[in-house]
Amino acid sequence: MVKEAELIHQPMKVINIGIDSFIESLKEQGVEVIHVDWHPTAGGDRRLIDILDKLEL
Amino acid sequence: MASKKELIESANKKATERIIAARPFVVDVKPAIEAVAGMKENLVCHAGPPLELDEMVPSFKMAIFGGIMWEGWAKTPEEAERLIRDGKVILEPNHHHNGIGTMYGITTPSMPVFVIEDKVHGNRATANIREGTVKALRYGCWDENVKRKLGWNRDVLGPIIGFALRECGGVDMVPLMGKALHMGDDGHNENRAANLLFSLQLIPYILKSDYSKETIKDVVDWMNTDSRFVSTAEMAACKAITLAAHNIENCSVMTTMCRNGTYTGIRVSGLGDQWFKAPAPAVNLLFFPGYGPKDATNDCGDSCVTEVAGIGALAMAAAPSMVQFVGGKVADAINYTKEMYEITTMKNTNWTIPYMDFEGCPIGIDIIKVVKTGMTPHINTSIGHILPNFGQVGAGMTRAPLKCFQDALEAFAKAVGV
Repeated sequence: MVKEAELIHQPMKVINIGIDSFIESLKEQGVEVIHVDWHPTAGGDRRLIDILDKLEL
Repeated sequence: MASKKELIESANKKATERIIAARPFVVDVKPAIEAVAGMKENLVCHAGPPLELDEMVPSFKMAIFGGIMWEGWAKTPEEAERLIRDGKVILEPNHHHNGIGTMYGITTPSMPVFVIEDKVHGNRATANIREGTVKALRYGCWDENVKRKLGWNRDVLGPIIGFALRECGGVDMVPLMGKALHMGDDGHNENRAANLLFSLQLIPYILKSDYSKETIKDVVDWMNTDSRFVSTAEMAACKAITLAAHNIENCSVMTTMCRNGTYTGIRVSGLGDQWFKAPAPAVNLLFFPGYGPKDATNDCGDSCVTEVAGIGALAMAAAPSMVQFVGGKVADAINYTKEMYEITTMKNTNWTIPYMDFEGCPIGIDIIKVVKTGMTPHINTSIGHILPNFGQVGAGMTRAPLKCFQDALEAFAKAVGV
């Protein structure tokens, strides 16, 4: 518990994955942030994911 | 027994190796009726995938009508339209004839075309010679200036360039385009270096010709004035290269991509001549003064054959002059190229990029990787006005629509039996 409390008061470095709008508020507060441009496979389309799974690619 | 994955990966490797091994030479300039595969006396070829007359934007229609009037088959746009509707004039994509046409891509029987031969695989491709002006038939303009330039191309420029090409034994395009990438070209919209190298190879033979000094001067002047004169020869070379990768069983590499302001269409190596079409996207443009978004057509032209072959927007990192289209920094252009490695099969050892420590250009766009990642190919392009007789309105960047690749993947899955 004590360690977690210390953590919250230390400078934060953030890795943001997926939705890039989340990084704006962090940047406005001077938080160091790296955005990872991640998307779900095939945009999350189940039909296409099924095809990709069957192709094993 | 090989798994589906192994079959596909092997086929894709084969296709991309054939791309790398291809050796297109520009060997001649001839009238389309003599050189374009399957050209007929009543055929007008156009850019992009197949579409109906009523699906064309107004400037595209005028380009088609202008081509018909240029051949002398009609005196007015109305007469030209009647000929099409009565079935007396046929419209087909350039790609159905192993050809390329920029913007609306109008190719008619008498127009001069570059003739390209792949000395390794035996494929032949053609592309019309550029008009080289912003108010041109290929943008849907039709006036006395357009007729004059088309006439000069047919009667002067084409024959002289054809003579020089025959005399010199043809120009080897793979090393020429490779050098041009090292000199700051991207091979699609920045072609100055290739133009210089091409012109220097031809000028000694142009000077050998029996044409008058004045005519020779006009031709050489034009090759300098139109800094993209060679671009359609480069595009035809890319067409020949991609033909080498087409019709390979189990291959998911895209071998055709083109647009006509209404549709973007792709074809895939392992799926033969089946088209996968989607609405052509808008282009993120830098506009010429006086024009804005409401004036522009959507993405248009066969010219993105360069992207299919791994240059153009896929080689943005090679062309500092193009960075204005991608955010203004060389690092942005490098990121554009790096992103394309995610959706391609190999790196092209023939065409390398100095600013990336001579990494090979990304080649073999794989529809499976495109759908998996959601990343479609970048395209850089010029764009014309949606109405006739205005011409080019700007240039910029876009991406191919994902739907083409999604539909292609479903068809591919059926073809390979999943």
